[in-house]
Amino acid sequence: MSHKEVKSEEQSELNITRRSVLGAGAVIAGTGIVGSQIIDPLAKTAYAAGSDAPIKIGFQAHRTGIGALYGRWYERTTNAAAKYINSIGGIAGRPIEIITEDDGTDPKRGADVVEKLATQHKVDFVFGTLFSHVVMGSAPRAGELKIPYFVVSEGYHVASGALNRYTFQPCITDVRAQISAVSGWLFNNLGKNVTLIYPDYAFGYNHRDYATAAAEKHGGKIVAKIAIPPTESSFTRYFVKIPKNTDVIYHVMVGPGVLTFVRELGEHFGPNHPQLFGFIDSLEGVNISSPGLDFLDGSYFWEAMPRYADGYDTVGSRFYRNAVGVNNSGASRSDSKDVSAYSHMFGCWETLFAIKEAVEQSGYRSKKDYSTLIETVEGFTGFNEGIAHPQGAKVFSGKTHQCYGQQFVSKVGNGKLNVIHKTSIADGMYEPETDYTKQSL
Amino acid sequence: MRKKSLVYSLFFQVGILLLLFVLQFILPTYHHSSVSKIMVLASYAVAYNFLLGYTGLMSLGHAMFFASGMYAAGLGIYYLELSALGGLLFGAGFTLVISLIFGLFALRTSGVSFLIVTLMFGQTFYLSILYFNEFTFGQDGFSLAKYLGKLVIFNREYLYSNPDIRYNFAFILLTAYLLISTFIMFSPVGRILIAIRENESRTELLGYNVFYYKLFALVLSGTFSGIAGATHALLFTYIGSTFAEIHHSISPILWTLLGGAGTVIGPFIGTGIMFYLVDFISGITSNYQLVVGVVLILMIIWFPMGIMGTLRQKWMKWLP
Amino acid sequence: MISWFNENGPLLFLALLDGTVTAFVLALIALGLSLVFGVMRIVNIAHGEFFMLGAVFSWFAFDLTNDPLWGFLLALVVAPALVGSIAIFSDRFILRKVKYHPESTIVATIGVLYVIQSVTLMVFGPEARAVEAPLYFRIQFPWFGYSGYKLIVAGMSAFCLLGVWVFMKRSKLGLYMRATQQDFEIAKTYGVPTQKIYASVFALGGGLAALAGVLIVPIRQADHLMGLEPLLLSFIVVIIGGLGSIRGTIVAAFIIGISDGIISVFYEPTLAKMLATLFVAMVLVLKPSGLYGEEVV
Repeated sequence: MSHKEVKSEEQSELNITRRSVLGAGAVIAGTGIVGSQIIDPLAKTAYAAGSDAPIKIGFQAHRTGIGALYGRWYERTTNAAAKYINSIGGIAGRPIEIITEDDGTDPKRGADVVEKLATQHKVDFVFGTLFSHVVMGSAPRAGELKIPYFVVSEGYHVASGALNRYTFQPCITDVRAQISAVSGWLFNNLGKNVTLIYPDYAFGYNHRDYATAAAEKHGGKIVAKIAIPPTESSFTRYFVKIPKNTDVIYHVMVGPGVLTFVRELGEHFGPNHPQLFGFIDSLEGVNISSPGLDFLDGSYFWEAMPRYADGYDTVGSRFYRNAVGVNNSGASRSDSKDVSAYSHMFGCWETLFAIKEAVEQSGYRSKKDYSTLIETVEGFTGFNEGIAHPQGAKVFSGKTHQCYGQQFVSKVGNGKLNVIHKTSIADGMYEPETDYTKQSL
Repeated sequence: MRKKSLVYSLFFQVGILLLLFVLQFILPTYHHSSVSKIMVLASYAVAYNFLLGYTGLMSLGHAMFFASGMYAAGLGIYYLELSALGGLLFGAGFTLVISLIFGLFALRTSGVSFLIVTLMFGQTFYLSILYFNEFTFGQDGFSLAKYLGKLVIFNREYLYSNPDIRYNFAFILLTAYLLISTFIMFSPVGRILIAIRENESRTELLGYNVFYYKLFALVLSGTFSGIAGATHALLFTYIGSTFAEIHHSISPILWTLLGGAGTVIGPFIGTGIMFYLVDFISGITSNYQLVVGVVLILMIIWFPMGIMGTLRQKWMKWLP
Repeated sequence: MISWFNENGPLLFLALLDGTVTAFVLALIALGLSLVFGVMRIVNIAHGEFFMLGAVFSWFAFDLTNDPLWGFLLALVVAPALVGSIAIFSDRFILRKVKYHPESTIVATIGVLYVIQSVTLMVFGPEARAVEAPLYFRIQFPWFGYSGYKLIVAGMSAFCLLGVWVFMKRSKLGLYMRATQQDFEIAKTYGVPTQKIYASVFALGGGLAALAGVLIVPIRQADHLMGLEPLLLSFIVVIIGGLGSIRGTIVAAFIIGISDGIISVFYEPTLAKMLATLFVAMVLVLKPSGLYGEEVV
């Protein structure tokens, strides 16, 4: 493939994205979208001039503990992104260096890791945290140390205002927006009477609260709300609580019990079951054709980024999939049993590019430029779709430090996930509830 | 003999405390902050040692005390708008009540049964934090940063998270704990507690009401663990159910045994070594748990008395 | 009353059914812990990890044979044997070294727990992996369906419990174990090889936990953190049942299993767990010997 072809395809992708972004017009309020300068991935020479010390990025990884599965893929994605960024000239001409520390998926250790990265390794930024309780435990420390902290967590904690001015979630849509985006489709296509099944902690309560709000908006009705403790290993007893008039079961589960959950749901209902709409969190890292999952055939899933390549075939996503080493079915190219966390890990790739954009636009050189960098990020209004943002264009809110992106609905069939609906960015957007820019730096 | 050892041990401890105090002017940022954290956690271990080291009762549920101090302080500040110090006192008072009630029940058992009763009460407490999540913020926890006032010293305002405040606050806490610990060791009450550890039935025969002494040790240990938890909440601002998990009950056992149960300074030494061991190994391999496990096994086989306990046995007979 | 049954009958039926299955599963997991507890007077914190190893070996067997039935049969033989060997090794080189001192043993087995968990993480990886059931069918009741394999697990578990009971009652080794449990010194004087008995009891305890892991893994999945919950549940069962009593263990497993089923179905699962742990603590406090005292099998 020649240089020129890449460029023209990229440009056409960009046009499509601009249109869809402009659909959210009122909120974007016209300002430019950043990121256009990295549309051409081969423009090595642009910043290769400098040969400064590396930009150090501390990566807080869940290598052990309950998040280890996600953590492994976050690490692979991060390393792939760093490698690629270095191959195109690094960040502002400086190479990027990733320093990884394990937090054990534990909020206690999380705060220590932020500390260690910031003061021992003297990194420029900390990034990569996924599990929301670890974010809750770590973000205060980042705020005290006054180091920019970029999370890839999809929790609503950033946009809710619970954290601080140093914490950003620039490249993964939060749960509230995900729900708001897909629930319209859900209530209008699958049915009005919905039973919610969600994990019994904050992440689950976000689902409960915003799905309930969405039901009111779309004339649906939540007929039951079933919370399941995260450590549960047997689910049958919960299913008797699903009312008979349920049209749709809305489920989102995380943790090691998810397969059992789905299988027991199948055993409980047999062939005559309500429609199923799940969040792919239930099956991240799990092969759709695992034993006992045939029950899911014909059910629907939210995906942030389609696991199967044919569902979203753009130049950017193809490039990204290759770079991270994932095959067309969403598994590792070296081991087809090793299924990725495809709907989450793109956030690591994109966030590194967001950092790149922030550094280059703000002229960041060292830690004393943090204020300028933060103000620059807060001035961002979004990101273009492309190699840097393969999941799609994003609208970014400087007030809430949170982005909004498109979402996908896929249907299970032939042992795979097939995309059947794509939301617009505007579907998920909500009024900001906080304004971090008012906090002091 | 006793007088001499009291003098020796005072010198020894004052020396260590002086060293800790001076360290804050030398340590690089990361270690400055790590030592602050170690001192708070070590205070928890010293409190744990009141029970394990002096009375011989091993608890597997001390996270309940640490967390109840932490939550009472945190939720008090959040809901009741207490001041930070008010929160600390509230945490201490709350844990006092909790450990008193707990002690009245749990101390009817001993040995392995006591261990399991503490484990079960600890789990009940942990689960209740999850169950009442609307009130406690459940597993995610919350940050106190926004609700803490400032600390005023000589008309100047400081944040609790200010590194110097944090270091010295932790230092004062640890100093107080070590002094109280030494004081108890040399007091008549301490002697009786040790007698209970060595031979409970004989102590009872001598006419002491063993139950009350054990209750005293447990309430002291629990309340001080709670104060350590409340202090942790003020200085490090995050409050979450992870501090009530069983792992957080196991930690002080490891720290205390590694450093030497029944020695005053041992829990601090153990906490420091364990913290840096995990910190160091996790930089090399993600399997630091493996190393911790192996260290634990080797320790218990070859140095069952811990570092300071072994030192005391071999060379430093006067060590408290 | 009748309308209550019309409305809640299916719920109650499910609570009882699910509770019974839970009870059998619990009894099997707890049995090994109970034996070790009763005979050796030590608490094995790594018991849950032995259970986890059984499940993990089961996955390897399934992966190796690529056939649910053969994999299951292979795991049924190999997993308890391997875990039993690990247990013998731990007994010989760790527990004996600390002279079975109760507190030291606890710390040492916490160490074993960490080692097993992190080696599993290294070799097996962090994901939860599914193992196909050797026999699979679904039973359709008028109100809902239920997994047939779960009923098979309950049956096999009952069979194992019976086996262990017969072994303890009828075999020479079982007799030695009971003698050691009753009075270590007297048993020793009468020529019972107590050291060997300790090793066998620890191996038997580990092997039973692994067996439970193999049986149960098809109704859940294997992952390296799955050991903690069964450990806590086993504690609950063993305490309520009384140390070393098979009958007590089974009765306690039923009390916990069924009440857990009913409270979970009609109220809340977290509440059920809370009440169960509190109940155990109170049983220990008020009746320290458990419901079935120190009786010998």
